[in-house]
Amino acid sequence: MGEPIIKIEHLDKQFKVKDMDVQALKDISLDIHKGDIYGIIGMSGAGKSTLVRCLNFLEKPTGGRVIVDGKNLAELSEKDLREARKDIGMIFQHFNLLMQRSVIDNVCFPMEIAGMKKKQAREKAMEYLKVVGLEEKAKAYPAQLSGGQKQRVAIARVLASDPKILLCDEATSALDPQTTKSILQLLKEINQKYGITIVIITHEMSVVQEICSHVAIIDHGNLAEFGLVEDIFLSPKSKEGRKLIYQGYEKVAEMKGKRCVRIVFSENSSFEPVISNMVMAFKSPVNILYANTRNLDGVAKGEMVLQLPEDKLLAKKMTAYLKNAKLSVEELKDYV
Amino acid sequence: MFNEREIAMIISGIGETLQMTLLSTVFGYILGLPLGILLTVTARDGIRSNSFVYKIIDVIVNIFRSIPFLILMILVIPLTRKIVGTSIGAEAAIVPLTIAAAPYIARMVESSLKEVDHGVIEAAQSMGAGVWEIVYKVLLPEARTSLAVNATIATTTILGYSAMSGACGGGGLGDIAIRYGYQRWQPNMLIVTVVLLVILAQLIQMIGMFISRKIDRRRVG
Repeated sequence: MGEPIIKIEHLDKQFKVKDMDVQALKDISLDIHKGDIYGIIGMSGAGKSTLVRCLNFLEKPTGGRVIVDGKNLAELSEKDLREARKDIGMIFQHFNLLMQRSVIDNVCFPMEIAGMKKKQAREKAMEYLKVVGLEEKAKAYPAQLSGGQKQRVAIARVLASDPKILLCDEATSALDPQTTKSILQLLKEINQKYGITIVIITHEMSVVQEICSHVAIIDHGNLAEFGLVEDIFLSPKSKEGRKLIYQGYEKVAEMKGKRCVRIVFSENSSFEPVISNMVMAFKSPVNILYANTRNLDGVAKGEMVLQLPEDKLLAKKMTAYLKNAKLSVEELKDYV
Repeated sequence: MFNEREIAMIISGIGETLQMTLLSTVFGYILGLPLGILLTVTARDGIRSNSFVYKIIDVIVNIFRSIPFLILMILVIPLTRKIVGTSIGAEAAIVPLTIAAAPYIARMVESSLKEVDHGVIEAAQSMGAGVWEIVYKVLLPEARTSLAVNATIATTTILGYSAMSGACGGGGLGDIAIRYGYQRWQPNMLIVTVVLLVILAQLIQMIGMFISRKIDRRRVG
């Protein structure tokens, strides 16, 4: 796998608020590899926006190290840090476009800073606007664009600095679901076409499911758990992880402690009618409390919450049967 | 109503008033704009926070803003003599006018630049922009509408001060109003100078608002 492009080691961040120390991040360690789309998810106030700002030193950590592309950001001079930032693009929830500049001049901005000739910058800007599908809006001003279009301009602007890493701070949170989908699609294309590593900060599990390969769950400044999205989706280990994955199980509180299990199956295991086979084999009914399919990075995953019979032995046997059918099975407990 | 000499005097008074107002505004900005930028940049939440520099400028600005203009005019007479050669007349009045305007303008510029969305500054920083690039490529252009509105207000305020300078040896319409309208009690002189000052203020206001609308790209359409 090689060296990670972003290496976070024992990161701490404290803020001073009126003589009181607030610990925003506590001992976070995380490796992000080239080409990953890494989701960082957590409730608002969990510290995820602070974490992402520590990756380009818009916020300076109070402890630990951040190594980006082999460079320890804390050791860089101010000038070198500015140089390093040109490799780390960032897009924002509220787009943060220059409102007094036209779309094409917004895209030219990072190239101006890099000292590129105006004519060349304009040509390149047009190319990037083409990538995001907005070349006909080049002369418009941000105020004339919709939210989704503004974010596309912001993405074109980021591409203009030819970054290795793209940080997205709640980049789709101000957008409607349809637009969110199209922006996520665009991010995925960029990830594949340019090989840009993407870090996505979000509070929505659906965003992580849609495009992320990896996910880290942040809870009150702590790293609750991290890993492949698929693994965490199959069996979340932390309380915070379960909370996020079980979003939408409305009656989950009632399911607790009543022999309820959550099973997850992917495309290939859904050919066989596992549940009805099991019911016939054991001659005992099960109660289906919840069922859903979710799209996990392009793969359909089904999930179901079953209430098993009261007989402990029978319930155990059924669990074994389900596991035997290569389904992921876990008991629902301590949610919320 | 007026004899030829008086009409000529009024016309040259208009010219002097405009000269005092506009030149003082320009010089006021030459001093005040950098001060305003420094205040914004070095403020606690600024892009290069420096409480030492901020406090010094802050105190200087406050001191000069709290001296009443007429007293300031008297206080700077030695300086005025050194720069202009005399302390009497329209040109001489430009010195105290500039000194009074600069700190006022610095505050106006500071408040305009503070209006720029912090997110946009953050975006520029994330692209590797330095302090100076952020100032002249982000802060000043993004705040330009507010800067133009405030420049209009500053100019009309300086117009008022320029009239006041007439009480202490300045030239222009204010001087005419005081010498002829007040000291010789010629009500027609008083009225015509006041009307002319009102018209000038209106004109400055109109032009300023027109420009600030013209340069604003934030409106849809």
